[in-house]
Amino acid sequence: MTRPFRHQHLLGIEGLEPQDVIQILDTAEVFFEVSRRPVRKVPTLRGKTVINLFYEASTRTRTSFELAGKRLSADVVNISTSTSSVKKGETLLDTVRTLEAMHPDVVIMRHAASGAPHYVSERVGCSVVNAGDGQHEHPTQALLDAFTIRRKLGTLAGLTVTICGDVAHSRVARSNALLLSLFGSKVRIVGPRTLLPPMGESLGVEVFDRLEPALEGANVVMVLRIQQERLAGALLPSLREYSRTFGISPRSLAAAPDDALIMHPGPMNRGVEIEPSVADGARSLVLDQVEAGVAVRMAVLYQLAGEAGSAPARA
Amino acid sequence: MAASIVEEAMRTGAKSPERLAIVGIRRGGVPVAALLASEIAGAEDFAVPTGTIDIALYRDDAATALPDPKIGPSAIDFDVSGRDVVLVDDVLQTGRTVRAAIDCLLDYGRPRRIWLAVLFDRGGRELPIAADFVGRPVEIEETAKLEVFWDDAGAPLAARVSAAKVTPR
Repeated sequence: MTRPFRHQHLLGIEGLEPQDVIQILDTAEVFFEVSRRPVRKVPTLRGKTVINLFYEASTRTRTSFELAGKRLSADVVNISTSTSSVKKGETLLDTVRTLEAMHPDVVIMRHAASGAPHYVSERVGCSVVNAGDGQHEHPTQALLDAFTIRRKLGTLAGLTVTICGDVAHSRVARSNALLLSLFGSKVRIVGPRTLLPPMGESLGVEVFDRLEPALEGANVVMVLRIQQERLAGALLPSLREYSRTFGISPRSLAAAPDDALIMHPGPMNRGVEIEPSVADGARSLVLDQVEAGVAVRMAVLYQLAGEAGSAPARA
Repeated sequence: MAASIVEEAMRTGAKSPERLAIVGIRRGGVPVAALLASEIAGAEDFAVPTGTIDIALYRDDAATALPDPKIGPSAIDFDVSGRDVVLVDDVLQTGRTVRAAIDCLLDYGRPRRIWLAVLFDRGGRELPIAADFVGRPVEIEETAKLEVFWDDAGAPLAARVSAAKVTPR
């Protein structure tokens, strides 16, 4: 870590180099310690403004970013679309330009449309952080997963990571696959064919349609949430059948190594994609992921807010 | 310097040096803190709790100097509340680092008191801060750079002082 962060925005894992990722993770180690002190706050971003702009429902990601900003002493404003002028028909660009006129340093954005944060980032002077855009990317989730794995296993290289569930619609899976590939880890995806991306192999991942072989030799099993709306879309016959075929349970985990780690980005559907005994078991990192989330987002804000401060604002 | 720290601790009310703790300021202060701790351990047969703090997050030029790429970890795994904490750095000049270090330390608890020990005091203060224990004052030009060199581990402090070099820029 001997150079400043090279990016003004964090829009995705795509476009990052391994050293960018390492820089964020190393910085996050510092903030992980800060979050365990008696006083969990540092004065670093005093006078900086961070806006949480969420066009999709979110509790944990929004709270995590909010805490991250507050623990750095930034002023954090939350805007959710259900209570904003978006309801009155304002366009995305008008909303963001209006917010920008209030001189924020960072806008954190979640939007149902893939690419929305990219669109915004090209039209404003402040930093933009993608907190999830459609089925595209969720970079801070991948970074916090990487942080959690590195803390447990000491490395991000040479691992085998199995991502299980609705991979086709998952921005979490996409960002994680991109990040792990940067470090030469092997990524496997497994789920019903209807929920796997059509050309999975071309993304550099191994595709499985049966759980057992996908779990063999896996260091980490990432379980994705099965979204109820996939049932309406006729991509899944029933949750019960999904659970029986692809649910992560003590029984299905018999195929994985005894020390395989279990991760889930949350929120979990207990009894659907993951059994409670696994979610609460000794190998589960679910709560470690949540704790890592705040530290990693502090690191991202720290790296970007400095950059934004030196960038000239657009007229 | 170790002996005078223990003496001062005894004089100011501690029945034993057990309330002492040593915290090195990254990175220059860390080896000095380790040396102090080992000298006290040798002389008093007592292991002083030792920690490390990094002041990057507490800098007073945060608005312009962020992000500081040299950010590193702080590690204080004992409760500082009620203790006599010796903050340790290698060189004291403007006092801004010490100001930041005090703020950082207070986020870990409420020490009974904080002392400041430095290997070299080269003057040039920009804040009203003074060291309680000074290895050696040095007189050099304000713009000159003072680097502290360390020889092999285990050498006594006195030998290290003479290893300091004044390198004009």
